[in-house]
Amino acid sequence: MDGQALVQAVIGLGLGARNREKVDRPALEVSPENLPALAKRLRQDPALAFDMLLDHTAIDWLAEGVFELVYNLYSTVHGHHLMVTTRVPRGSPVVPTVSDIWEIAQWQEREVFDLFGVQYDGHPDLRRLFLEDDWPGFPLRKDYTDEDMLRLPK
Amino acid sequence: MTVTIKTLNDLVRPPTAADSPMATQEYFVNMGPQHPIAHGSLRLVLRLDGETVRQVIPVPGFVHRGLEKMAEHLNPRQIIHLTDRMDYLSALMNNWAFSKTVEKAAGIATSARIETIRTLMAELQRLQSHVLWWGVLGMDLGALTAFLYGFRDREIIGRLFEETIGARLTMNYIQPGGVMYDIRADFAAKVKELIKYLTRVIGEYDILLSGNAILQERLRRIGILSAERALSLGCTGPVLRGSGVPYDLRKVEPYGVYDKVEFDVVIGTQGDCWDRYCVRIEEMRQSIRIVEQLIDAVPEGPHMVMKFGAKIKIPEGMHYGHLETARGVLGVLLVSDGKSDAPQRVHFRSPNFNNLWAITAIAPGWRIADIIAIQSSLDLVIPDIDR
Repeated sequence: MDGQALVQAVIGLGLGARNREKVDRPALEVSPENLPALAKRLRQDPALAFDMLLDHTAIDWLAEGVFELVYNLYSTVHGHHLMVTTRVPRGSPVVPTVSDIWEIAQWQEREVFDLFGVQYDGHPDLRRLFLEDDWPGFPLRKDYTDEDMLRLPK
Repeated sequence: MTVTIKTLNDLVRPPTAADSPMATQEYFVNMGPQHPIAHGSLRLVLRLDGETVRQVIPVPGFVHRGLEKMAEHLNPRQIIHLTDRMDYLSALMNNWAFSKTVEKAAGIATSARIETIRTLMAELQRLQSHVLWWGVLGMDLGALTAFLYGFRDREIIGRLFEETIGARLTMNYIQPGGVMYDIRADFAAKVKELIKYLTRVIGEYDILLSGNAILQERLRRIGILSAERALSLGCTGPVLRGSGVPYDLRKVEPYGVYDKVEFDVVIGTQGDCWDRYCVRIEEMRQSIRIVEQLIDAVPEGPHMVMKFGAKIKIPEGMHYGHLETARGVLGVLLVSDGKSDAPQRVHFRSPNFNNLWAITAIAPGWRIADIIAIQSSLDLVIPDIDR
């Protein structure tokens, strides 16, 4: 399937997915509630067969007050790529885990929790990854400050 | 909806009775952060029953420098310098991955000469990286001679880089729009001499180490990773190919001039340490094949299509690019608001971060000594895990 056909096929599944604009590859946006169902379908449907979660990360859109979570999927069976994104409010960033579908999500989600403070519901082992367990704050948030941070020259 | 946040202390509990016929206790041992086989600062907490490993809890973060946060305050040219410092044994390929993403986003077209030089340099570095891995694997398993051979040959390739680039480790050579310096007039002759030499020494590696009975005992049927598990664990590079999945971006989504050269994707059959060993040894021969085909076919032209220091404007949106480094897929996510020079967000999908977790799946059931073999066969570079 080429990128456009793939996007249309996934939208046609009726799981609330819609096109994500301004991405240079096939990309979809879905609500956090629909994420587990869509992820399971993407993994298990033989026509889609996304057997690899290559990448998972987050983007902090401070002005809009949301974290955008990005999942990069790849299928070694069909050789196609898909980016799935979901938006959670910055105030209460809770999203269902996909670590029961792709094992690597367990650690990719821990990295996002460590650096953004996004909480993954149902995660078997949610704890800090790079930073110490008692680290205050989440460094990759745009409003994170630390007295050791350097000021940019004006 | 409440989510429980754990700490490491929740996992490392007091000793409990072990699941064994003898009256033994399970206990925890720290391997690292300062351990010779980590080749960097990586802490592994082992849950042991006697000498049998029941669980591995990796604790990374000792080399976390916040490259992604830093990148939010730098322009694309400056970010190239950060990429060298992730997987320093694939520095050129890291430069390339970021340059490639920036070029695609900003619509910068390079020339055939640039792409050929990049491919040549990347393959030379893959060779250098695998040569070093081979030597270090020997040392980890008690064969110090291999280490001396590996470092000797790595040095020879390093000297070639130094002549062209002026640096040996953090090279910062491949830039958006081209490469920093043109190759020298005697580059082709020297590379030909080098590949003649390397072809001979890789044969020697086989005589010295591959055929060694002790090495084979330490690697064969040890640490088996099935293809299905490797995919689910997001492994890429020689680790995934060792498990029999022919996923190599050089073939699947050719970049540079990989679509113009002939080479084979090497895969293993059962995914044990020995397969991962053989995949890397054979990949060295394939890299030599690629270099041989390209070294006389470097087209004429400029080595840089942009003015020195010219501003790069990245349009609004999300841009993603990736390529195959010596250890697997390096992906770059670049998010720009279309206004400021510095990107809104840069994320590196590093191969070692994703390969590391395979150890939690492979290691249980094996002895401590096998952890050494397993970790060595995963070929981890710690700064690339932590970024």
